[in-house]
Parts: sequence; structure tokens; C-alpha cells
Amino acid sequence: MSDVVLKIENLGISFGGLKAVSDLNLEIKKKQLYGLVGPNGAGKTTVFNMITGVYQPTTGAFYLDGENLTGKSQEAINHKGIARTFQNIRLFSNMSVIRNVLVGLHHNKEFKCNPFSSMFRLPSFFKSEAKMRKRAKEILRIVGLEEDRNHLACNLPYGKQRKLEIARALATSPKLLLLDEPAAGMNPHETAELMDIIRFIRDEFDMTILLIEHDMKFVSGLCDEITVLSFGTVLAQGDTKTALNDPEVIRAYIGG
Amino acid sequence: MNINILLDGLSLGAIYALIALGYTMVYGIAKMLNFAHGDIIMVGAYAILTTITMYSNPIVALAIAVIVCMLMGILIEKIAYKPLRGASPLAVLITAIGVSYFLQGIAQLIFGAESKPIELPNMGNFKLLGASIRVSSIITLVIGAIIMAALSVFIKTTRTGRAMLAVSEDKAAAQIMGVNVNRIIMITFAIGSALAAFASLFYLMSIPSVTPTLGAMPGIKAFTAAVIGGIGSIPGAMVGGILLGVVENICKSIPFLSNYTTAIEFSLLIIILLVRPIGLLGKKRREKV
Amino acid sequence: MEKIQKKSHSFRIGNYINYIVITIALISFIILDNAGFLGRSDLNLLSRIGYSIVLAVSLNLVVGFLGELSLGHAGFMCVGAYIGCYFANSFHEIIGNQIITFVISLILGGLVSAVFGFIIGLPALRLKGDYLAIVTLAFGEIVRNLFKNLPYFGKAMGMQTDAIALERDTMYISSFIIILVVLFLIQNLIKSKHGRAITAIRDNEIAAKAMGINITYYKLFVFTFAAFFAGVAGVMYGHQISPITQETFSYNYSIEILVMVVLGGMGSITGSIVAATVITYINFVLQNELSGELAALKLLIYAIILIIVVIFNNAPKLKPIKEKCNIKYLFARIFNHHKKPEKINDDAAEWNRIESKINMDAILSMEIDVKSNTAFTPDKSEKGDK
Repeated sequence: MSDVVLKIENLGISFGGLKAVSDLNLEIKKKQLYGLVGPNGAGKTTVFNMITGVYQPTTGAFYLDGENLTGKSQEAINHKGIARTFQNIRLFSNMSVIRNVLVGLHHNKEFKCNPFSSMFRLPSFFKSEAKMRKRAKEILRIVGLEEDRNHLACNLPYGKQRKLEIARALATSPKLLLLDEPAAGMNPHETAELMDIIRFIRDEFDMTILLIEHDMKFVSGLCDEITVLSFGTVLAQGDTKTALNDPEVIRAYIGG
Repeated sequence: MNINILLDGLSLGAIYALIALGYTMVYGIAKMLNFAHGDIIMVGAYAILTTITMYSNPIVALAIAVIVCMLMGILIEKIAYKPLRGASPLAVLITAIGVSYFLQGIAQLIFGAESKPIELPNMGNFKLLGASIRVSSIITLVIGAIIMAALSVFIKTTRTGRAMLAVSEDKAAAQIMGVNVNRIIMITFAIGSALAAFASLFYLMSIPSVTPTLGAMPGIKAFTAAVIGGIGSIPGAMVGGILLGVVENICKSIPFLSNYTTAIEFSLLIIILLVRPIGLLGKKRREKV
Repeated sequence: MEKIQKKSHSFRIGNYINYIVITIALISFIILDNAGFLGRSDLNLLSRIGYSIVLAVSLNLVVGFLGELSLGHAGFMCVGAYIGCYFANSFHEIIGNQIITFVISLILGGLVSAVFGFIIGLPALRLKGDYLAIVTLAFGEIVRNLFKNLPYFGKAMGMQTDAIALERDTMYISSFIIILVVLFLIQNLIKSKHGRAITAIRDNEIAAKAMGINITYYKLFVFTFAAFFAGVAGVMYGHQISPITQETFSYNYSIEILVMVVLGGMGSITGSIVAATVITYINFVLQNELSGELAALKLLIYAIILIIVVIFNNAPKLKPIKEKCNIKYLFARIFNHHKKPEKINDDAAEWNRIESKINMDAILSMEIDVKSNTAFTPDKSEKGDK
């Protein structure tokens, strides 16, 4: 049991009577690559929004490493170890690439430095700043953006922006990484590269990753287990191959 | 409580509501804070002053003031705000402030900085339930109510009114559906300014003197009223205006509070916004994540 | 890698230009003053520019860096002026030394104002944009109304500060020193992880939250911090002008400070300094030159300048023309032939995105492998993998 990182129990939310997600149960084990798939409007991003504290679930609860995080604020949940990327990219677009990552490092205990020592340029400022920069560069190297670190984030091509979001989320040193359609808008070459990066992150940091993706090749190539959602309810769950071949799932996707 | 305090409060509220409608309509449709709206009242007041010294007929004066204010509103929109459509809201805000200074400067240049008394026909008082009631308060209240009702009907039933609603909901979508957004914005400014002209007549009926900065305080108060009611919401502007007017008059009538009327009014705003950050009747918008 | 190393070795004058220019200005004013070139009104102007810069720079922290619209900065100044000078009035005889009284009242006025900043920061947590603007405006008017009617501050007549007024030359010199201190604190704050967090909130609040940045903390912090400096500016004002009257601090004055910030460029400290200087100067000249009947012209000229500058800077249709006239672009063409033009355009990114003009290259250039700077010497392990 101890290797379950994320446990979701009967999670559900409704907006003004409309049930967006209901009775979602899932368990993700350490170092697992878990996929959340489903047609548009199935409630996948809503699930992400619930387990990052953007929305408060109306029913159920979720646990990270056994700790109940339901009802906590976004910041608190991030501090506990859940980091995410966004479906519609949300970078700090007027900041340079490296600054985006540095913001991700902001809360890390290793780089503590209070406003007072920043203002008076005490030695602790220089020390933490230098350490943060070093770490930021390492993270950028992993996603292959080290060369672009001084560009403005908004000037990066789409694929690189997605990678930068991953880098930024990684910078918060999470236990669980949530990726919302990480391959959207990428060409096949970039997608392949991204799969390698995600695997590398999993192996290098012992990271547990939950991802939403429409590209079935991407999902089946990467995820060990998936949950298929449709209209807020679970259609199928379990081993990727089996779940994707479930007749319910095929019907939901193809219609009929 | 003295019935006069309440009635005067209601009529002051009607004035605030008329001005607040201008703020709220422009905000709803052009998504900008028209800081110069208060000064349109001042323009209207000078128009009334000028005509009434020539014709001494308040109806003619009002008609002239409405025309002058409408033209002024349209002109300001075309010259100062239209080039900035699509620019940052802050830039538009600063321009509006510039326009406000400009109008005050022009008025000061033409009419001088000192306040000018204005003579409006005295309408006298009448007795009701033992209280002597000013007719002007009643007129303000009744005409104010009629105008607001007419505006609501106009927006709900006419083509232009519905186009206004559409533009306030989504400018781009309205444009795709064939609404002439520029025309709608122009009409909005014209209507808002016309309402301001009415407000300036009513305002002069209670305080009969004109200065270049006449519009500043009622402008700010009406803006506050619009925000209390929920900026962008037309019924909200009316409710906010009436509420603020009544509160103001009640505070003024209590001796130990009268000095702190402004502080109380603005505290009311802050408290209402803290409880309901979108104002009393404002619409909630959820940002999609 | 080589390129980056080279960059880090070069001394970046851009980081210190504000300090250098202000120090040089101060020294030259002292020289001019001693040589008898500066009259009473010139010295008054200098002091006035002094507190205007403090006001503009601190408001820029809220509007430019945090991205929240505040129309109540004059309200904080009002608190500082009344409280600081009330203290100075009451205690200057006990303390004896004028400068010490001044410094204590600066800090006290700033602190009390900061408390108000904290209180106004609370609604800022829930309100956005225009709603916050009206709340801050309301705050300014409330403060004014209170100081007008509370019994201790001279009521409508205003508060006399003749007894504590500083000599004109002491005043402008201390104003410039205060500017240097304020700049040091604010610029250092901005060029740190805290500054990054603040700009991150401005750029994308949702993402900032998701990155674990404590929005509550930083919003309150910025409001409090900015209010502190506005209070300091108020005390400076009170030591220069007597009596202090609450009319001065109306929302029109808040707007004037906002104009300085917007014209100077949101998020540009240097811009705020320049704009505060120029606008204060224009106001001063117009006020002196145009009296009586012509006073109306002051308002008119000011308004026209304002409208034209804003429209020119922001009208979407004028953008191509503006880019050609961009000073940065011209400078870049003259001095940095090797720079690619596209990259320069990126720097001068369009205004309405509220771009950050902070020179983050400054921090970026604090390269870990700088040998000349011992403070940055990293653990040896890092050099190995380079």
C-alpha cells in the first residue's frame, strides 16, 4: 500500500446541478505513468483542477502519500508535492525562459532567502540566487531548453513552450506531476522527443506522472495504466491495452 | 424619520443613478472606465446656464443641454477613445482622465474659475402628511424613474438595445453576427451623455451654482454607486444610485455623522465589495483554467 | 558558453545608472547652489521632484510590477504627512536635533502608512482591476475626510508645519539621499526571487498559484511596502510645505502619480524617475508662468500633453510609427550593430502586454563561473560538469 502516491476516492464535482465528474476512483503507484483519456468535455481537466485546488470537489477526497489534501489551497497543494502544466499554456510570457523556471523554484526550502536579505543584498541572497540559477539550468538542460534560456517565454515556438511548462512544474520538486495534454500542437518528431523526456524525468527523479492526452499513440506508448472518462464517469480503467480495447470506450470515441 | 430626508435622499439617488447609468453602460459595452463622464454633467450645467440666461425656459435649456452633451460624448469617444480601442485598459483610463482635465480646463477658460449662480424657476413646496415637500424633489424622482424605465424597455425590446447587450457580452461575436460595434459604442456614449444632461438639470435644481469642477464629486459618487450595484449592470446602477443617495442624505441629517458622510459612503462601498466582490447585482465571471 | 562568460565579466552600467545619474545630479546641484546659481524656487522644485520620484517609484511597484491598479496612493501620502509631521511637531523640541526628528518622523509616517497599506491590501486579495481601483480611490477619500474632521490635525485649516520645516538646501539634499535609499531597496527587491514572484503574479496569477507562490503574502507585502514609501513621501512633503491640507491629497493627485508611472512605462523604475521629474517640472513651470486668468491653460496644456502622449504610445494603429521612433531601437542601431534587430524588437515588446522592462540580464549575468566575484563562487562540483 505504501507505494501508492495518489489515491482518489469517489471524487466528484457539479456546477450548478450539472455533474461534471462523478465517483472517480483511482490509485497511482510510485514511478507510474498514468493516463487520463476521454473525449472532449469528459471532465479530464476538471479532475486536474480538483486535485490542484483550483476547484473544490463537491464529493469525495484525494490523498497524496496518504495525506488528505482535499479542500487545501492551490499553493498548499503545490507545496505538498503536486505540480501541473496547463492545457492552454500559462507561462509567465513576459519573462525569460530561465526566470520562468526560477519562479518554479521559488518555494523550494533549499533556496530560502527573505525579502529583507534581498533588499539589503546580504550574503544569503547571493548564495541562494547562485544555487537557484544552477538548479534552473540543470532543469532546462533536461527538457533541452538550456540554449533558449535568455529568450522571452512568449517568443518560443509552441512545442518549446510546452516543454518549458514541464520544466517549470518540475522546478517545484513535486512528488506527482500532472501534465495536461503535453503533446498538443507538437509535430511527430517533437512528440517522440517529449516521450523520451517524460520517461527520463520519471527515471531520473523517481517521478510519478499523471497525464491527459488525446494522442492515443502517445498514451499507449507511454502509460502503463489509464482511466477512460466520458461525461464525467469512468468508462474503463486499468491496463492501457485492455482499457483502450474496451467496447464501451470504442463506442464513446467512435459514437453509435 | 422626517419624510423630507427620505425624499431628498431618493431624488439625490435618482441623480446618482442617472449618472451611474452612463458609467455602467459605457463600462458594459466599451469595457472602459469613462472618468470624464462626471465632467459631462459640468458641460450640461454650463449649457443650461447659458441657455437659461437667454431664454429662461428650463425645458429649452434641458433640450439644448441634452444635445450639447450627446455631441460632446460622441466627439470624445471618436477623438480620444476610439484610437485606443484594443489598447491596455490603463492607457484608456489615463486618456479619460486627460479628457476630464481638458473639459475642466476649457470650461475654466471660457466661463472662469469662480462659481456662477443659476436661477431656475422656483417650484415651491407642497404639504403632505404635515411635512412640507419640495416639488423639485418629486419631479426629479418621477422623471428619473420614467427615464430609467424607458431605458430598460429600450434595451430589452429594440434592435439597437439587443445589439448593445450582444456587444457587452462578446464584442467579437457580435461583430461576426453583423452588429456594427462602432455604431453601438457611439450610441452608448450618446445615451450616457444625454442621461448626464438630465442629471445636471436635476443637480442644479438642488444646488443652483455652476463651477468647472462641478462634475467631479457627483461623478465619483455615481461611479461608486455603479460599482456598488455591480458595474455593467443597468438595474445595479439604479439600485446603487438610490442606495447611495439615501445613505448620504440620512448621514447628513444626523449631526455627529454629517462631517463624516463621505467616509461613510465610501466605507459602505468597501464593505459591500468585500462581501460581494462583484457588486450587488453584478454578474459573476469564472475564469477558465 | 564563451559568449555568456564574456557577458558576465563585463560591468553592466545599466544596473547602476539610476544611482549614478542621481548622485551626479545631486553633486552638481550642490555645486550650483553653493555658487549661487539656484534660487529659492529652484530648490523648492528639487525637493518637490524628490518626493514625486519616491511616490512614482513606489506606485510602480503596485501598478507596474504587481499589476494591480491603485488610485489611492495620495491617501497613503496623506497618512504619512499628517502622522509624521504631527509627531515631529510634538517632539522636535524634546529631541532637539532637526535632522534626527526628520528621520524618525519619516520612519514613523512610513510605518503608520504601511499599516494602512496592509489594510487596503486585504480587499486587493479578493478584488480585481477596476473594482480594486475604486476601493483604493475610496480609501484615499476616506482618509482625507477623516483628517479633515478629526480634532487633532487642524481640521479644515490644515496642519501647520512651520516649526519643523527644513532649510531649503537641507531639504533637497535629504530628498535626493532618500531617493537613493528608496531606489536601493526597491530595485534590490525587484531583482530578487521576490521580485520574480511579484512579476509572476502579474503575468499569470493562476500559474503563479500553481507554482506554489503565496499570492496573499506577496500582494499584502507589495501594498504594505509601497504604502510605506508613499508615507515617507508624505513626511517629506510636510517638512517642506505648511500648512498640510487634506485637499492636496485628493484622488486627482493619486491620478497624477499614476500618470507618472504610466508615462514612464509600467515596470520601469528609470521610466518612473524620468516621468516624475518631467511631469513635476512641467507642472511647476506651468504653475509659475500661468497665473490668474491663464491658470486654466495649465490644466488644458497638461491635458493635451497627456492625451497625445498616451494615444501616441498606445494606439494600435500607430504602432509601426512608434517602433521607428523608439529610442531603444535607435540607440541599439547606433551602438550595437551586431545585435539582430528582431531581438531588439523583443525587448521593446508591445506596451499593452505590460512588459517588464526590468533588466533581468543583470541577474542572469551573475554567472556561476565568474571568477572575479567571490560571492558567487559556487561549489566546485558544478564547475566540473561544465
